[in-house]
Amino acid sequence: MHRRGVGAGAIAKKKLAEAKYKERGTVLAEDQIVQMSKQLETFKSNLEEFASKHKQEIRKNPQFRVQFQEMCATIGVDPLASGKGFWSEMLGVGDFYYELGVQIIEVCLALKHRNGGLITLDELHQRVLKGRGKYAQDVSQDDLVRAIKKLKVMGSGFGMIPVGGSYLVQSVPAELNMDHTVVLQLAEKKGYVTVSEIRGSLKWERERACHVLDHLLKEGLAWLDSQAGAEAQYWLPALFAELTSRDVTPEEANQMTP
Amino acid sequence: MDRFSWSNGLLEINETLVIQQRGVRLYDGDDKAKLNVGAALLSTHRLIWRDANNHDCCMAMPLSQIIFFEEQAAGIGKSAKIVIHLHPSPANKEPGPYQNSKYSFIKLSFKEHGQIEFYRRLSEEMTQKRWENTAVSQPIPTGTGPQAGRTRAVGIVGIERKIEEKRKETDKNISEAFEDLSKLMVKAKEMVELSRSIANKIKDKQGDITEDETIRFKSYLLSMGIANPVTRETHGSGTHYHMQLAKQLGGMLQAPLEERGGMMALTEVYCLVNRARGLELLSPEDLLNACKMFESLKLPLRLRVFDSGVMVVQLQSHSEEEMIASALDNVTEKGSLTAEEFAKLLGLSVLLSKERLLLAEKMGHLCRDDSVEGLRFYPNCF
Repeated sequence: MHRRGVGAGAIAKKKLAEAKYKERGTVLAEDQIVQMSKQLETFKSNLEEFASKHKQEIRKNPQFRVQFQEMCATIGVDPLASGKGFWSEMLGVGDFYYELGVQIIEVCLALKHRNGGLITLDELHQRVLKGRGKYAQDVSQDDLVRAIKKLKVMGSGFGMIPVGGSYLVQSVPAELNMDHTVVLQLAEKKGYVTVSEIRGSLKWERERACHVLDHLLKEGLAWLDSQAGAEAQYWLPALFAELTSRDVTPEEANQMTP
Repeated sequence: MDRFSWSNGLLEINETLVIQQRGVRLYDGDDKAKLNVGAALLSTHRLIWRDANNHDCCMAMPLSQIIFFEEQAAGIGKSAKIVIHLHPSPANKEPGPYQNSKYSFIKLSFKEHGQIEFYRRLSEEMTQKRWENTAVSQPIPTGTGPQAGRTRAVGIVGIERKIEEKRKETDKNISEAFEDLSKLMVKAKEMVELSRSIANKIKDKQGDITEDETIRFKSYLLSMGIANPVTRETHGSGTHYHMQLAKQLGGMLQAPLEERGGMMALTEVYCLVNRARGLELLSPEDLLNACKMFESLKLPLRLRVFDSGVMVVQLQSHSEEEMIASALDNVTEKGSLTAEEFAKLLGLSVLLSKERLLLAEKMGHLCRDDSVEGLRFYPNCF
């Protein structure tokens, strides 16, 4: 009877086959690295061709940049991972974003004493543009967001908090949990918040509201106005720019705020 | 430019500011308007412009006046512009800077950039037309009437044709670019899959890959921007490139570190190095990976991560005990210190001075007074 695949003999054969596959596997892995090296060369020349035709598109067209970044993310490639990467070297995307990173760090550092390390994306955008000067290329807010995401790896405390349809950019490693974030979002409309408003909107106890506000004060993210009238107001300097135009005088600013 | 009316620039109830941009000059058609540079403000209802130096010179136009608008790219010596084509003014329009104009379009010239965001927001507002939902005390003219209607029709046909042509051309350029990009991405995806297969084999030890080959593989991943999935590391997560970088940094950072008391935050290093390079900048990851190699390359620098997550580069010769002892001395001398005061005293960044005080506290030399007024440190008498 020739029944294959059963019995001790079959088991021994299977082990032999596995060993052979393993050996084969050894060759395959090394082969694959050689294969990858060849494919890399081909890819590099494809990228060069693409760059010669469309490099300007990436430089000038922010929507194209977004598309490009998203396509890379979908396939598992990070074009900004290294300045030495092909994408960076040939398309020039790297320098654009890394330089932006430097400018973002500098703006945040310069304003930290005033806003405690929290700034709206709008204000950051305006100030970065101003710092870049007339002859530099324009940047969109999406560009800023991508540059900030890269900065995170350096442990500098960079993060983004969604508020009112846009973002607050955090640049200090202050611990902001969900309670703090939700209070920031509440304060976004008027630039300040009171204990009653927190209790009314969020239905928290007084102690929880005060705890959160005290933390924001301590971190330098909020300023206390105890002369505001009925109740103390906690103002967030990060949100000031939303209400007042830089070109507006203080009297006009008072009139603009409802 | 005769569509603008004088305004006090204050927003009405229900009117919200959407975006503002300084450094904007107005053009009456193709001619520069006889005005200075100012700020353009876009609200949900109006386009407002105010002279930068003279705030009394402020004018506004309802967004309903806008037929369509387009970008005009920057050129040599010319700023980027947004060209806005307008309906004729209604009969009851309030007086403005221009009585009449031979043009039915204006331009906003962005001398300090910002045109991308302004254009995007203007597009949003013109699509949403929020001014139609919320009534505002100023009458919003809609520009109807047989006379206006007739001239408008002629002008608009020409404009619409122009839009169509431009869109076709842009579409063609963009589709070609996207097509090429998609093809490129397909090839890149193949590379990613190949690299994953190799990485799996390395993990399963199926394949006696030499160290040299591992390093080569890592450099391929680096070129493609593929995250390194292999956990078996021989030189940290770095490659030859990062080794070279680490050595460069070792040389470059000695002096700055000594100037700053032996320690610098990684973000400071990033700015310092990239500003010095000017071109071919380092990515944050490049810097991090290079710093991780300091120890294995026996360079006199170290990467250090504090409990808070803050990362610093410090001189190896940097003595922890000395640093803590001097911190204690400073605090004792002044009675108490906050991080800001300490920073000023030593010429350090607030971030690093705080870390130093926290470290001294951890060692039991300092006590904290944590209040709403901030964090203050005292010598530990216990």
